Amino acid sequence: MNTPALEHGGPVVEVDGLRVDVVEQGFDIVDEISFQIDAGEVLGLVGESGSGKTTVGLTLMGHTRRGARIARGRILIEGRDILKLRPSELRALRGRTVSYVPQDPASALNPALRIGTQLEETLSAHEFGSSRAERRERLDEMLDEVLLPRDQRFLARYPHQLSGGQQQRVGLAMAFSCRPSVIVLDEPTTGLDVTTQAHVLDTVRDLCSVHRIAALYVSHDLAVVSSLASRVAVMYAGRIVELGPRHELYHAAAHPYARRLIEAIPEISGRHALAGIPGTAPRPGHRSSGCFFTPRCTYAVEQCGREFPPVERVGDDHEVRCYRHDDVLAEATRDRKPAQALGAVAPEEGVIAADRITASYGEREVLHDVSLAVQPQECLALVGESGSGKTTLARCISGLHRDFTGELRLRGEHLAPGARARTLKMRQEIQYVFQSPYGSLNPRRTVGQIVGQPLKLFFDFRRRETEARVLAVLERVAMSPSIADRYPDQLSGGERQRVAIARALVCKPSLLICDEVTSALDVSVQAAIVELLRALQQDMGLTMLFVTHNLPLVRSIAHRVVVMSEGRIVEVGPADRVLDAPEAEYTQKLLANTPTLEAVA
Amino acid sequence: MTTATAPAGPAFISPKQRRPGVVLLLGAWGQARTKIGLGLVILLVGCALIGPLFAPADPTEFVAAPFAEPSADALFGTDNLGRDVLSRFLWGGRSVLSLAILSTLIGVSLGVAIGLVAAYARNVLDDVLMRTMDVILAFPQIVLALVAVATVGPKLWLLVLVVGITTAPRVARVVRGAALDVVERDFVRAAEGIGVSRNKILFGEVLPNVTSPLVVEASLRLTFSIALISALSFLGFGLQPPAADWGLMINENRLGLEIQPWGVVLPVTAIGLLTIGTSLIGDGFSRASIGIQRGARAE
Amino acid sequence: MSRTPETDAVEPVQSEPSLIAPVSAEAAVSTDPLTAGFLSETGTALPRRHRRPRVFRGITGFIVRRTLLGVLTLFVASIIIFAATQALPGDPARAILGRTATPESLAALREQLNLDRPVVGQYWDWLSGVVRGDLGDSLVAGQPVTELLGSRIVNSAFLMFISALISVPLAILIGTVSARRRDGPIDHALSVVTLALAALPEFVVGIAFVVLLGTTVFTVLPPVSLIPPGSPPWNYPKELILPTLTLVVAVTPYIARIMRASMVEVLESEYVEMARLKGLRERKVVWRHALPNAIAPTIQVTAINLAYLAGGIVVVEFVFAYAGIGAALVDGVANRDIPIVQAVSLLIAGVYVVLNLIADVATILVSPRVRTTLR
Repeated sequence: MNTPALEHGGPVVEVDGLRVDVVEQGFDIVDEISFQIDAGEVLGLVGESGSGKTTVGLTLMGHTRRGARIARGRILIEGRDILKLRPSELRALRGRTVSYVPQDPASALNPALRIGTQLEETLSAHEFGSSRAERRERLDEMLDEVLLPRDQRFLARYPHQLSGGQQQRVGLAMAFSCRPSVIVLDEPTTGLDVTTQAHVLDTVRDLCSVHRIAALYVSHDLAVVSSLASRVAVMYAGRIVELGPRHELYHAAAHPYARRLIEAIPEISGRHALAGIPGTAPRPGHRSSGCFFTPRCTYAVEQCGREFPPVERVGDDHEVRCYRHDDVLAEATRDRKPAQALGAVAPEEGVIAADRITASYGEREVLHDVSLAVQPQECLALVGESGSGKTTLARCISGLHRDFTGELRLRGEHLAPGARARTLKMRQEIQYVFQSPYGSLNPRRTVGQIVGQPLKLFFDFRRRETEARVLAVLERVAMSPSIADRYPDQLSGGERQRVAIARALVCKPSLLICDEVTSALDVSVQAAIVELLRALQQDMGLTMLFVTHNLPLVRSIAHRVVVMSEGRIVEVGPADRVLDAPEAEYTQKLLANTPTLEAVA
Repeated sequence: MTTATAPAGPAFISPKQRRPGVVLLLGAWGQARTKIGLGLVILLVGCALIGPLFAPADPTEFVAAPFAEPSADALFGTDNLGRDVLSRFLWGGRSVLSLAILSTLIGVSLGVAIGLVAAYARNVLDDVLMRTMDVILAFPQIVLALVAVATVGPKLWLLVLVVGITTAPRVARVVRGAALDVVERDFVRAAEGIGVSRNKILFGEVLPNVTSPLVVEASLRLTFSIALISALSFLGFGLQPPAADWGLMINENRLGLEIQPWGVVLPVTAIGLLTIGTSLIGDGFSRASIGIQRGARAE
Repeated sequence: MSRTPETDAVEPVQSEPSLIAPVSAEAAVSTDPLTAGFLSETGTALPRRHRRPRVFRGITGFIVRRTLLGVLTLFVASIIIFAATQALPGDPARAILGRTATPESLAALREQLNLDRPVVGQYWDWLSGVVRGDLGDSLVAGQPVTELLGSRIVNSAFLMFISALISVPLAILIGTVSARRRDGPIDHALSVVTLALAALPEFVVGIAFVVLLGTTVFTVLPPVSLIPPGSPPWNYPKELILPTLTLVVAVTPYIARIMRASMVEVLESEYVEMARLKGLRERKVVWRHALPNAIAPTIQVTAINLAYLAGGIVVVEFVFAYAGIGAALVDGVANRDIPIVQAVSLLIAGVYVVLNLIADVATILVSPRVRTTLR
């Protein structure tokens, strides 16, 4: 059995000046990437979409996606530069010395092969162990380590017969099987619910520390990273802009972007103002000279636009690339600003009342006897994990789901189950914003047409009036009027979501239902959208039903919270009370498992 | 009235984009194969449409002995009855082309309507429609056409009808498949939520989003229709003698292949190049639409 | 550590697993999926109260259901054939024989086709005859249809068989090679060639071959394939070459293009990338990970195109005067020989339906995902 022995003292992973560019056009995806990882250490690599973090993760195995290539730099694994290896040597390295845990286990597992086969082949490909019996033993060991059943029946299953959590564990088992020295984890907990995520993170932490594995944990979720990593590197537009010990970074980041990113993260402990970062990160090929963050940076000076800042030390093992880092640090490790308290809401006749709703999909019952009321001018958060029924409830209220029994009332008037059966006025009063900004806008229509569509249906305005209203609502959601001629494909996720919100607001609804509207967005964008919604809610006196699985977010926006689990309401109450002192066991468990930045002290 | 937050950012707004349909056209045009295909099609359609203006002789006139070699009177020789091959060739494209285009139009329109309705209905109606399509699909197109001709006779309207009706299910399948994806997307839900009528959703929201696969399928169907109509003419069930028709010519002049091949070679080459041309155009669209999808995903 | 192994309940199965690994439009060929409609019924999560009787459950149940559906389709097809030939409004006898028919011939035809009976009765007579093996008598030759078609069926079957034998492996090979070397010069060349060949009508291909190899450019092969009636076709290899070549050229490009498309899709999939990242040898990646996932759509398309052969032989046999059922059909149509037309079209429809049935079943057996979700 080979144990990962360091042939030389020093870091297990050493990356120096790495550049990956696009083969066809030659521009860079990532550049000037340098970092080190010691044995037993977890380095977090954090960035938003488009930052290039996955690209960096893959290079540790000498791999790039189609159309990209490693142009420059050194990657030393246990002292050997893997970029200089022959293909057969590189192949021997993968899975054996350096392993990869994929982001989406469902697509990373071969649907036509049994789990046992896929688990076993890593071992046999690298001739781990000297006999089949030994490999079998190792396989059993692996399964125990990741808490999967050992039996033959389980191994005979196909990937689609496993749950998401099980699939991810299989991915982990495959990666740890040959006892690698290095592991690259690419957002392995995306899509898992909070409880499963907590289990997976525990497993990873244990395995890495016990076997002294150097790990690179790639993620967009700072809170998750904070529970695992001792050091964190922040990436922006293909560069590492800051790298340092976890607690230093979180409490006293030296780079403006890192700081803004941390401020954008909702925190469960208290009500904080969320600040988004306006604008978007430049994509490969659109990056100018100078620091890429300049257009969005509040500290920017002339020098920033000329040349990209060099690496500078700001502390023990803490580097940053910013000309103004002194000023950034000097602005004190300020505590997160508490948000203005949300105005109190007088309990009155509810705008929407749902009475004993039982909803089903075909034969399967997903809501059991659920009742709630939304007060006028309040924001009610509907919280739960996937499968809790929160989205179904929201859809029933909005008329998108008809298969339910029970009564729905809008200001006392009965609401028919499907949207088509309702009156024009009722349809106008309840508006819905969908989760995915990429699917909720018709790609064949301009923004102006999309936002104007409800107006055409509900009112009989002349064209000029319609245009005026469209432009007015676009301004409301902080979008420039020229966006009305664009097609959705030209907009970023955050911009699209604003358009979706504009579409919902254009006919001045009584109730706005937001269904996980930030789940598909980057953290900084999420913060901006949540702030937008909060401001709109306060300014316009909008009644809102905010559906989310992200507990910390609730603090920043909601007056009251309804917690759901498996089709039933588990707890109801003011947001502060429920989150500070939950009464239901489920809520307590949920809070306990939610990763927070606070853990970083 | 307070504005929510700072404006959404500096002007990262890209210049005004072309309509998606235009993007597809331009993408297809950018391929070499589309240009070649288009060139071939234009050449042959031109031949078929304005060819008769250049015909040196009347297509039914006897100019020399049967299967005579090329001469000054008959540049490509004569056919099985002594008529000028070139003239008959220049006259012979119209029927194939017009019948094929007409039947494709019928088939595509029917198919689109059925496919869209089936995809959106997703219930019993979908099953019924698709099962009906399946029954028509249980025959090769040519067999159904022959069965029809066996009873009614070689009528041109019958050919158009049968080819159109047998084209529809194939188009319906493709359209339904593409539409099923679109129908699941949230913007259709959004339209339903505000109560847009079914028809408006089908033709206003769904149809514009299936144009790419539709265009590809339509050009494929055109290729097939041309092949089918010319095959039926070749078998003797299209235009009847003494009319000039490419398919008919090929069959008529087969006997004289060893003596004088032009009576066969000209129309055969024409039909071959025409089908290759339409096929290339279809492939150009196909690649363009994949390119667009890939570009969108990369964002 | 007091955690126990997770024994999560298996997630409820999705209601409609996609069988056909989505074949991208790249192939520029519609898969003419007769089968897709049938397949839509697989894997539907059935409400418990409608649990199917034992004979209809599981894989055997699927086969049974699918076979019944095929029989039903054939049945409906026979109705269509019958309706198109005999059940038209007006006088079928007159329509068939034309205006010049004498009263005697009209009467004879009416008697022969039982046209005096009500339509449903006629259909029943005909259908029961078919099932018994009695396909009626040819109007032209007077002999029983079965006698006339007997040896022809053998001829056509043999022609289809050798064409399939050559084209399927060839197409899979071309498709795989193109996929492995995608976007390279070989791939581009093959792509253009297969596209061009796929576009050509079969008779154009056939005539082109006749011109090239039979009469004008070279004269090495007989331009017509006259095989003495009754003798087995395999005794006349030279006569078989051109028709076979034509059919092979007609069918191979389609299968090759779909094969390429599905192989490319698979080779660019995440699980193949993952296999490479695990350090597996390339050969293993292709054979063990990629190929099994590319097979299902290939089986589909192969069967569909083989079924297409059944229609292709009609024209090809006519071009080469090959004594098969296709040529018989064309003659039958030209001569208004209704029983022949009915018999051959029913036969071809039957071949179509059977091949699609085999395709469906084979696809199910090959896709574990669907196999295990069948109820």
